[in-house]
Amino acid sequence: MDKVPGRIELFLGYAKIGLLGFGGVGPWSRHVIVEERKWLSERDYAEVLGLGQILPGPNVGNASVMIGRRFHGLAGSLLATSGLYIGPLCILVILSILYELYGTRPGVAPFMQGVAAAAAGMVIGTAIKMGQNLRPPPELILVGLLAVAGAAFLRLPLPLIVVVLAPLGIWLSLRRSWQRAP
Amino acid sequence: MSDDGDLSALVWGFLGISLLSVGGGVAALPEMHRLMVETHGWMDELAFSKRYALAQAAPGPNVMVVGLFGWHVAGITGMFAAMLAMCGPTSILAYGFCRLRGRLSGALGMRVFERGMVPIAVGLIAASGLLLAQGAAEAPLAVAISVGSTLFVWRSKRSPLWVLAAGAVLGAVFLR
Repeated sequence: MDKVPGRIELFLGYAKIGLLGFGGVGPWSRHVIVEERKWLSERDYAEVLGLGQILPGPNVGNASVMIGRRFHGLAGSLLATSGLYIGPLCILVILSILYELYGTRPGVAPFMQGVAAAAAGMVIGTAIKMGQNLRPPPELILVGLLAVAGAAFLRLPLPLIVVVLAPLGIWLSLRRSWQRAP
Repeated sequence: MSDDGDLSALVWGFLGISLLSVGGGVAALPEMHRLMVETHGWMDELAFSKRYALAQAAPGPNVMVVGLFGWHVAGITGMFAAMLAMCGPTSILAYGFCRLRGRLSGALGMRVFERGMVPIAVGLIAASGLLLAQGAAEAPLAVAISVGSTLFVWRSKRSPLWVLAAGAVLGAVFLR
């Protein structure tokens, strides 16, 4: 049975997700909402996040709006979303000030360059892992690779990539489901 | 560097990106790169990668990097303006869409749609990583760090924080 969080609990839960989310909040969001606080079942959470993913905008941010609304309407949405962003924003303000003051110092610049190189690899590694876990059929892997080529190598604008590849991806996916259910 | 022209270009730029950012904040990074580096010349490749690294070193949603880009252009005003442009309208959209949740999510059509769109989102995320790696690749060691971190995150289940820490140490010791 899902537990309905109070307003303050909703805010604090999301504040925790925001502050723990090193390298992205996706994994923490699921952990806190499903496992730790049991606000939603795994299935319900997956549905909300899935919808957050296909809507434009940050996934977990979209999910916070929807989960907040589910429990406390507009106030819930505002509390959950502000909880998610407020802590990280404060930290970023402090970090930015420090970066402006010390970022170009001889000792700090190479340090940041190392982090930048590692962060880049982290993004690539995450994408490979996601692709692997989803196990898409070969023709959809190709669509994904076309998106990589279009954005990284041909440097095409995002609208063009989405407008061309989205219908292709959906059509291929539709064809798969026809094949499966004759 | 900050004047009204830059600030409004910043807001309109991120507003446009937010409405197209299917698949989350990181998937839209190539488009942010176009806005920040290519169209307006607000920062160079390396600065772009470093701001992203700064966002990764702090906790919070990946989309927070937008606040740092805003800061780079117009200070703290730019930070809040860019974040609001990126998250405001899409949040309102999500709020309105919420009531359709139960009806849509389980439907076959929705699953077909999702299965077709997700590979594109993942592809865009991979492209973002490649662009960031290119920006950071000032020395052979930086490339090696990127490759090593890719392999680590892909093959191991340990926290990605280890890679960031290792990159920081290697960079501080060898990249000077």
